[in-house]
Amino acid sequence: MQIKENATVYDAIIVGSGAGGGMATKILADAGLKVAVVEAGPFFDPKDPKQQTQMKWPYESPRRGAATTRDFGEFDAAYGGWEIEGEPYTHKDGTKFDWFRSHMLGGRTNHWGRISLRFGPKDFKHKDVDGLGENWPISYEDIKPYYDKVDKLIGVFGTNEGLPNDPDGFFLPPPKPRLHELYYIKGARKTGIPVIPSRMSMLTKKINNERGVCFYCGQCSRACQVYADFSAGTCLIFPAQKGRGQVDLFTNCMVREVTTDENGKATGVSYINKEDRKEYSLKGRVVVLAASACSTARILLNSKSKQHPNGLGNGSDLVGKYLHDSTGSSRAGFIPDLMNREIYNEDGVGGMHVYSPWWGDNKNLDFPRGYHIEVWGGMGMPNYGFGFNPNDFNRFFGLPTGGYGEQLRKDVKKYYGSVVGFGGRGEAIARKDNYCEIDPTTVDEWGIPVLRFHYKWSDYERKQARHMQATFEELIHNMGGEVLGDTPSAEQDYGLLAPGRIIHEVGTTRMGDDPKTSVTNRYQQLHEADNVFITDAGPFVSQADKNCTWTILALSWRASEYIVEQLKQQNI
Amino acid sequence: MDRRQSLKSLALGTAAAGLALHGCKMEDQELQEAVSAGAEHYFGRTPEELEQIAKLHAETFFNPHEMETLSVLAELILPPVEQYGGPLEAGVPDFMEFMAKDIPELQVTLRGGLMWLDHKSNTEFQTEFKSAQQAQQKEILDAIAFYDPEVPLQEQPLEIQFFSLVRNLTVSGYYTSKLGIEELGYKGNTPNIWDGVPQHVLDKHGLAYEEEWLAKCVDQSKRGVIAEWDENGNLLT
Repeated sequence: MQIKENATVYDAIIVGSGAGGGMATKILADAGLKVAVVEAGPFFDPKDPKQQTQMKWPYESPRRGAATTRDFGEFDAAYGGWEIEGEPYTHKDGTKFDWFRSHMLGGRTNHWGRISLRFGPKDFKHKDVDGLGENWPISYEDIKPYYDKVDKLIGVFGTNEGLPNDPDGFFLPPPKPRLHELYYIKGARKTGIPVIPSRMSMLTKKINNERGVCFYCGQCSRACQVYADFSAGTCLIFPAQKGRGQVDLFTNCMVREVTTDENGKATGVSYINKEDRKEYSLKGRVVVLAASACSTARILLNSKSKQHPNGLGNGSDLVGKYLHDSTGSSRAGFIPDLMNREIYNEDGVGGMHVYSPWWGDNKNLDFPRGYHIEVWGGMGMPNYGFGFNPNDFNRFFGLPTGGYGEQLRKDVKKYYGSVVGFGGRGEAIARKDNYCEIDPTTVDEWGIPVLRFHYKWSDYERKQARHMQATFEELIHNMGGEVLGDTPSAEQDYGLLAPGRIIHEVGTTRMGDDPKTSVTNRYQQLHEADNVFITDAGPFVSQADKNCTWTILALSWRASEYIVEQLKQQNI
Repeated sequence: MDRRQSLKSLALGTAAAGLALHGCKMEDQELQEAVSAGAEHYFGRTPEELEQIAKLHAETFFNPHEMETLSVLAELILPPVEQYGGPLEAGVPDFMEFMAKDIPELQVTLRGGLMWLDHKSNTEFQTEFKSAQQAQQKEILDAIAFYDPEVPLQEQPLEIQFFSLVRNLTVSGYYTSKLGIEELGYKGNTPNIWDGVPQHVLDKHGLAYEEEWLAKCVDQSKRGVIAEWDENGNLLT
């Protein structure tokens, strides 16, 4: 079979349309460049009634929202999940890593939590503090102007608090806390844990005439039809298509590899069109990889040539290494004061209105890095699973659990909205022996060799999870509540979720000044092929106790400006 | 026809319709039609998901007798109330039928439990569960309706697991239906402007918003005004 070549030579080919690819598309197209965006999944627009899940009622589906086909419930916007039929991944040495992929225009930004946190000055130089991991080659000052621009372009609510490692920004005003969040504030203060308004990318106020303002349905995970939350498709790629550049979208196209010439420079990409199952190639002066940290590593490792026998950009043998996800551990509590609630609409924005940034001093703790606390609760829309074990909390009052009849009805209403939950999201230490690599024994249905993962938590992460659990129990007691479930044991890693579960995987193509110890330079340009850039979370040196998206966006903007500059100067 | 009787035929009707579909193998075109018909009802499903739903609808799991028994159970678990109705009006038996196919792990517990129920009723009262007197039905349920919250459910007797599952599906199916949501009183899933907890609710809980915190929050009267900041990030508009 002959590979079908497209005659167009693009200024840039961008692989992936999530946060990193979307931002590169916007910046490069706005600079007047001719851009191809290659996305492994279908076109997606939450405004399209056929694709909309926002504002749907559970009874519009025969399974009432059950998670049979989508891992976060069937109204979640992400196409894909932990497992994708025909696209397996494997594990090494009995280790565990769960890989969430979303193949669609906008990728995982269609369903993400919109928690939009800047990394702080310490996060870029944390090795200086505790000697662990590696410092970034750049500092907060290098990225700050781009965070500022991202805030203004995309919109994020929050407040300027003057905290040393949770920098201020250009925030929209936050929504008022809900009832259970007021209980949380009170409970957290008893223990000396600070609580501040959340920082999330929903528009509580207009930022331009193209996007709508939040109407408080609480369903950002379903993607917003008025574009009031940040998704890469609605907020970056669609506007880029209206700009002065040319943006050609190639959807349902799975990139196999980056093609290179005899000098080792990239010439473009080859991809499989999922609709006709044929192989195609695209030519470009620059290739921007933004397929997600692990998918980008996979493409590089599969891009073997005479000039790059170990995979593209992999002379250091570091592509895929230093993979790390945020740590995560969760707990819930029953709050008797929240029984028999008066019912009103408290949907609010999708997710929490308040949160706790890391407050501790690790010098006095038995683990090196921090975590932030996310809060949930409230009188949400019933979906599959609502009312399971409806009067389980009767046991706290010495009443029988179970039964049937009129009493059940009363119990359902009595306990509606009386549960709060906490999620700790923390920083893991990046380690070389946590990695993904090519599994030579397995290909996916497109014939592309798949990834094999090797990942183990260390005691740094386990002890952090233990601290999370102790903190959550204290918080629940402070709120006058009953902790649900048993304290997770050491054998259960203190409730530490399997790596990958927080979907913040980063670090597979880390940046640095030394080509022997890093894959890209400080502008996310491959050391070994100067017209290949990576704008997903692969170049992260460390993940911080924050979420990664805002930093992906800022860094992608910065790298994209550098690309424009380098093209102008004819350096690449 | 009394209400009980009409609901019985309602449940039977559904099962029969399912059987009819099952009886003649669906032609490709029929499947196609079922898929595109679904597009109106299940916005947001991908073509593959619609196809899967159509396939599940075309299969039948519970036989008419099982559907009738589940209907009787559901109405015992959540007896209908005048203003809203009950599990049958909420489509709970159909929901259970669909979930048994959607999550096949539920099948043995449900089907085996139904057999257990009839066996118990036949032994005690010489009649199948669905035809027993309500007092007899309740006598059977009283022995299996309560579980020990300290023991994992899968370690408790099958009949307790069975009833727990039917109760969960009934309560979840009912309260995710239109009338169940109305009865629960959930007020959201509608465009609105969140402007904080109502004052009388705050008062009832002995809570108050702090001035300092409120000052940072959105002034909803200015939500339509485009945001502008000074160079220090102070919002000007």
